[in-house]
Amino acid sequence: MEDDAPVIYGLEFQARALTAQTAETDAIRFLVGTQSLKFDNQIHIIDFDDENNIINKNVLLHQAGEIWHIGASPADKAVLTTCYNKTSDSRVVSCAAVWRMPSDWETGSHESPDDSAHNPQTLELLCHLDDSAHSNAACVLWEPMGDGKRVISLADNHALLWDLQESSTQATVSSTATLEGKGQLKFTSGKWSPHHNCSQLATANDTAIRGWDLRTMSQIYCIENAHGQLVRDLDFNPNRQYYLASCGDDCKVKFWDVRNVQEPVKSLEEHSHWVWSVRYNHSHDQLVLTASSDSRLILSNMVSISSEPFGHLVDDEELSEGEDNHQEDNQSNKKKKKVLINYSSFE
Amino acid sequence: MTSSYSLFLFKRHRVHGMLKLYYGLNEEGKAEEQPESLDPCDINGPHFDPELFLNKLRRECSLAELMDQETCMVKQIRSLDSDMQTLVYENYNKFISATDTIRKMKNDFKKMEDEMDCLSANMAAITEFSARISGTLQDQHAQITKLSGVHTLLRKLQFLFELPARLNKCLELQAYAQAVRSHRRARCVLQQYSHLPSFKGIQDDCHAIMDKLAQELRQKFRDGGSSAKDLSECVELLLQLDEPAEELCDKFLSHAQSRLDTIPSPTSNTDILEFIDRGCNEFVSSLCLVITSYQELFINHAQKGELASKNIPQMANGKLNAFVDDLAARYFSLVERRIQEEKGVADNSLLVRALDRFHRRLQAVTKLLPGSAVPNQGTEIVIRAATERVKQYLSALQSFYMDSLTDVRQALATPRLPELLSSLSASILNQIKSVLASVHLFTAKDITFSNKPYFKGEFCSQGVRESLVVSFIKFVCQSSRQFCESAGDKGGSTPPALLLLLSRLCLDYETSTISYILTLTDEQFLVQHHSPVTPVTTLCAEAREAAQKLLNHYVKVQGLIISQMLRKSVETRDWVNTIEPRNVRAVMKRVVEDTTSIDVQVGLLYEEGVRKAHSSDSSKRTFSVYSSSRQQARYAASYTPSAPMDTNLLSNIHKLFSERIDIFSSVEFNKVSVMTGIIKISLKTFLECVRLRTFGRYGLQQIQVDCHYLQMYLWRFVSDENLVHFMLDEIVGSSAHRCLDPAPMEQSVIEVICERG
Repeated sequence: MEDDAPVIYGLEFQARALTAQTAETDAIRFLVGTQSLKFDNQIHIIDFDDENNIINKNVLLHQAGEIWHIGASPADKAVLTTCYNKTSDSRVVSCAAVWRMPSDWETGSHESPDDSAHNPQTLELLCHLDDSAHSNAACVLWEPMGDGKRVISLADNHALLWDLQESSTQATVSSTATLEGKGQLKFTSGKWSPHHNCSQLATANDTAIRGWDLRTMSQIYCIENAHGQLVRDLDFNPNRQYYLASCGDDCKVKFWDVRNVQEPVKSLEEHSHWVWSVRYNHSHDQLVLTASSDSRLILSNMVSISSEPFGHLVDDEELSEGEDNHQEDNQSNKKKKKVLINYSSFE
Repeated sequence: MTSSYSLFLFKRHRVHGMLKLYYGLNEEGKAEEQPESLDPCDINGPHFDPELFLNKLRRECSLAELMDQETCMVKQIRSLDSDMQTLVYENYNKFISATDTIRKMKNDFKKMEDEMDCLSANMAAITEFSARISGTLQDQHAQITKLSGVHTLLRKLQFLFELPARLNKCLELQAYAQAVRSHRRARCVLQQYSHLPSFKGIQDDCHAIMDKLAQELRQKFRDGGSSAKDLSECVELLLQLDEPAEELCDKFLSHAQSRLDTIPSPTSNTDILEFIDRGCNEFVSSLCLVITSYQELFINHAQKGELASKNIPQMANGKLNAFVDDLAARYFSLVERRIQEEKGVADNSLLVRALDRFHRRLQAVTKLLPGSAVPNQGTEIVIRAATERVKQYLSALQSFYMDSLTDVRQALATPRLPELLSSLSASILNQIKSVLASVHLFTAKDITFSNKPYFKGEFCSQGVRESLVVSFIKFVCQSSRQFCESAGDKGGSTPPALLLLLSRLCLDYETSTISYILTLTDEQFLVQHHSPVTPVTTLCAEAREAAQKLLNHYVKVQGLIISQMLRKSVETRDWVNTIEPRNVRAVMKRVVEDTTSIDVQVGLLYEEGVRKAHSSDSSKRTFSVYSSSRQQARYAASYTPSAPMDTNLLSNIHKLFSERIDIFSSVEFNKVSVMTGIIKISLKTFLECVRLRTFGRYGLQQIQVDCHYLQMYLWRFVSDENLVHFMLDEIVGSSAHRCLDPAPMEQSVIEVICERG
């Protein structure tokens, strides 16, 4: 997309959830979940064709409620999880569920994309990730690089590890971890570490970042006051197992070495408002993308703390890509009315 | 009358002229200067032509005149004749007397000739007598000479024979000097005649005695108890006895060293001046004494004598330098240790005086030993001490600053920020001034080392200006910046008022104080910038940056405090199942109260600043626009299910044309800008929180009421009221969008509720 015009895709509703479909290896595909209180919510499947620089879309209905978080299974490209708000009887309940896309959405869309837009198909519910004791799921995390059998949901102050059985139609809680402390503690976000055999989880609550060992479900480290205010998002460096990026309401992006939690390795203060999301580039871990409610998206080149210390990739091309992203974000932001976008994968 | 007078003159002139002619005097030189005498009518001229004259008279004059002329002429002729007679008579007399004189002289000479003859005869007789006498006395004279020669020889011999005894006696009497003198006199003779047995004996005796004497001298020298004068005498004698000079030098110096070793060790209870005094009096003066006597003995003395040829002065000089260097190094290390103990910065004058004395005394050494490195080392010590002092002052200033900040922090409770600020800045300025005054002592005119190039140039520019004043200012800026950084993570450990105060302080520094301080320094120290120095503008920029940072941080902290209130209030409430709003939520009142108090606080220190022109009755008019026309239109659009895009479209179009709002952007140095920043942060937080919630009908209405309330009170604080309107619009719009049942409240009802308070 070096010299191409930015690709813009407009949604009808506001959206807050976006993920890359990691199980899909052929195409660059994103899933976007919309938020609307009055209409049926949708999941947009967006294919980016980088050769022709065009976008193909498909829409699936998600009638359960407005989507706050979305996650795609790493093993099965038709399976995804959502966290959604359901309003019933003037009550708002946050739920989480595993869904399967209808098997024929792809073929149908290719034949007549207009049709699919007019008559969107509905997602098929596989199972709920809720039980009576734990509700209000903030997000659902798939086991990275796993076989799509294990997910973690963060609900209030609990982290629940689910085993999905029988083609994901049945979910049982295998273990839980509870955050204990004064006041009403609540997980705001989390990330499943791809390192250490996928046995570690990092979570954020208020201003603290905690690390958990999933085998014992016990806390292994805690970065108190990681940010001056609420921590909004986390991401693990895909290549360096101890490195973690975090962002929060103090407009900062911080990089941590979890072996030494006293001081951040590096701290960036580029944004002028809350930073909602931070993502590493999966293959070039010096590239870090951050999204903020100052309507800006910043692609940072962090050569000094990447796994490639002397960035041979750093050239004009990369920089121009950053600018493109910027533009795209600005424009799509205007189209979509304050949508927060997570560019999880951008290759 | 005139004619008679001129006639008289004419007559006189003519008389003289004629007399001159008579005596043949050549008057040609004069005649040439009188061209009128060429006139043939001039009766006195040499070219007088009587014919012409007569003709002329006859032609020109009347008879009467001719008669007159004639009588006149006759008169003249008569007087001339009588003159001539007188002259002739006078000359005759003179001639007669001259003849008489000549005759008399002739007689006198005759007599004289006779006397001269007589004299020459007498002289001849005298010569003859004299020759006779000398002839008779010849023999006796030769004899007397011989006798006197023998006598001298005998006396010498006697001296030689008596020498051993005399030397012994001298030895007994300890009159070493005399002994050496005697021996020296005899030595050469004895050496010459040593082949004669008797002389040999004497020589041996003498040698033995002199050895003994030397032994004794050496003993005395070695004992060392004797005074410096005795010692030097010893050395002198030994030198004369051909003792090896090098050894003597060594011994002398070692003696001196043993005496000088009793340098006073620094005892901390004596003050530095006393210490230096003692050191100077005891050590430096005895060192000088040693140097003087040593030079006298080995260098100056040796140069005169035969020892000069043996390179002794060079050798001795080298030894002396090494010795002095060694001792001085030890002394200096002591002094330096003592100076380092001088930590208190209270009284600088004592130290300066001590250093001055130290330096002054070392000048004496310079005079004595021109090539020595000692004074330079001394100067270096002084320089080091001065630099050290400057450092101490810097740290004292820094700790003073931190202390005053602590004081200020404690006094922050009282709402008297301007007084606090002025007292803080005044006390800092005073402290700087007093420190400058103290440091200035180093360069005072009466201090000896102040005219060293270091103190004239580098000390002023690098020492005082750079490492004291500039460093302090930098420290102030830096510590201010640290307040921002440390507080940023831990969440406001610094009270916001202090941030505000410091920001104002830094700003004041930028505008005036820095340049004032630097000018003061430059004037006091006459700083000549040989080396590059930090320009005022850099410091000002730094101060401004610090001020900016502090103010930004202040805005951020205050904004966060309000944000936190708003966030908690939005997050903890169940907005779906809320009751119909009856009044404004307490938290909003709190927000307005806090904002007002912040406004007062900022107003104490910062100017009002410019704001965009207000409409005549801001709150009313804009408010009606805000909610009735625009807002209603938007709601109306969003209710109709047929056009769900309209909402988005409307607000997007609106956004496209409105300026982008930078939430945590830099603020300007005025109250309005600060308040705008704080309110922006707060409202943005409110907005973002609202977007994360779901609202019921009454939840939306409550937000409407709250926003209207904020609208009523917040517009007056900000530079551009449209900003507040826009953000509040956005909040209400967002909550409407997140509302399950968006039924907005009647505008009039909202107004009633808000006015009820």
